[in-house]
Amino acid sequence: FPGLADVSISQDIPVEGEITVPVGSSSPDEDYSTLDEPVKDTIMRDLKAVGKKFVHVMYPRKSSALLRDWDLWGPLVLCVSLALMLQGGSADSKDDGGPQFAEVFVIIWFGAVVITLNSKLLGGTISFFQSLCVLGYCVMPLTVAMLVCRLVLLAGAGTVSFIIRLIVVGAMFGWSTLASTAFLADSQPPNRKALVVYPIFLFYFVISWMILTFTPQ
Amino acid sequence: MATADDLKFQEFDDAANLLAANPDATTISIDEPAEIPKNQHSHLQEPGREEDDELLGTDDSDKTELLAGQKKSAPFWTFEYYQTFFDVDTYQVLDRIKGSVFPVPGKNFVRLYIRSNPDLYGPFWICATLVFTIAVSGNLSNFFIHLGKPTYHYVPEFRKVSIAATTIYAYAWLVPLALWGFLMWRNSKVMNIVSYSFLEIVCVYGYSLFIYIPTAILWIIPQQVVRWVLVVFSLCLSGSVLVMTFWPAVRDDSRRIAVATVATILLLHALLAVGCLAYFFDAPELDIPAPAPIIPAHNGTTVVTKSH
Repeated sequence: FPGLADVSISQDIPVEGEITVPVGSSSPDEDYSTLDEPVKDTIMRDLKAVGKKFVHVMYPRKSSALLRDWDLWGPLVLCVSLALMLQGGSADSKDDGGPQFAEVFVIIWFGAVVITLNSKLLGGTISFFQSLCVLGYCVMPLTVAMLVCRLVLLAGAGTVSFIIRLIVVGAMFGWSTLASTAFLADSQPPNRKALVVYPIFLFYFVISWMILTFTPQ
Repeated sequence: MATADDLKFQEFDDAANLLAANPDATTISIDEPAEIPKNQHSHLQEPGREEDDELLGTDDSDKTELLAGQKKSAPFWTFEYYQTFFDVDTYQVLDRIKGSVFPVPGKNFVRLYIRSNPDLYGPFWICATLVFTIAVSGNLSNFFIHLGKPTYHYVPEFRKVSIAATTIYAYAWLVPLALWGFLMWRNSKVMNIVSYSFLEIVCVYGYSLFIYIPTAILWIIPQQVVRWVLVVFSLCLSGSVLVMTFWPAVRDDSRRIAVATVATILLLHALLAVGCLAYFFDAPELDIPAPAPIIPAHNGTTVVTKSH
């Protein structure tokens, strides 16, 4: 390099430093470190995240953790267990029975997608999967209600059992709606909150209706 | 160097004369759309005036775009395009629902509530609510009607939800499509003063279905008379909203076509109500509400009489 022949570096400028490029964020979930961990750790971490969200639904507080780290495992588990528990009712071969597995599945997922699209179209700031995550997790009280209903129906199917089921399902319906509203309503402009809350109310009402009208054969 | 003549003010001829002198000159025509919004605002206060129709009916698309700013300029494959159909606040939706239930004679629903801003929120969610209300009410009413019978086993009848959904969404979307097509076709033959866009028609139909929601809930009452009175009442209310909306759009056509169109609209509306009533709600028994009495016969055996 002939042009550099007369360039000299003075001795008191230190030339030191690191050549390696630092990794962007120091989050604990770098692929670098999770590849080597035992499978048990991976599974436990995901299970803990799911469990933490269940606790959030049980005690709904405005927490951004639920929204930020969304996952769809919990909703899938809840949906499948609810759909399974709704089977085995009124198995007449006429088309008068309760909802089939596929119908429950489709209602829950399609309903959640429609509500999410609705809230985004109305100008909401929540992301698509975050909203699906919240709506799916808030089905948990209703799944618990379904479990209780099936247990009560084992004991008998009279008026008393119906009243107990009505009270339980009603309470869980209110809990689901309030829990999901607590998470979702804040992402809407204030003059449209009711427009977003009403479809959520309708969604959980339909699921509650399916649970309440379940009659074993 | 300009002469004194050049600096004198020149009267310019009429555009027509200038163009006649020089037919190949490029011309710019400036419409006067800025006049129309101002007039519309003042005319909204007096919707009965005849000039209304002329001012509001012409240049629909121009006016809409001006009034709503850059409303529908997003291409249809972007999300923002569909967001323009949900640009309503809570109070606007409630106002539109109120307007569909309490028709004010002389005020056009579309003109008064929707003109600048048709939305899809109302039609979609009113239809969804109606579907589930009819299914649930039908189920409940059948339950109460058959309650005392020993052979009755309650069934949730979930399949009826899909049937209700198909029917109601087909009515709320296909009938407006057909009506819009028909009105466009007539518009090409007869210059109608008032014309509606497809979304406005969907909006009117969607909001006019709202009255059936409380009607369906009240249909649980197992009295045929009550049910039919409800049918007639709700038909009158929502039918009058539809008639008042669509009569101005067809009245310039030939008498027979106009009357036939409005009659068809009402007939389909009535058919929906009656069809839902007949299919989802079993007829209540015409007998006395008391349960089957047990009359001991003279030889000691009990005879259960069923009053059918």
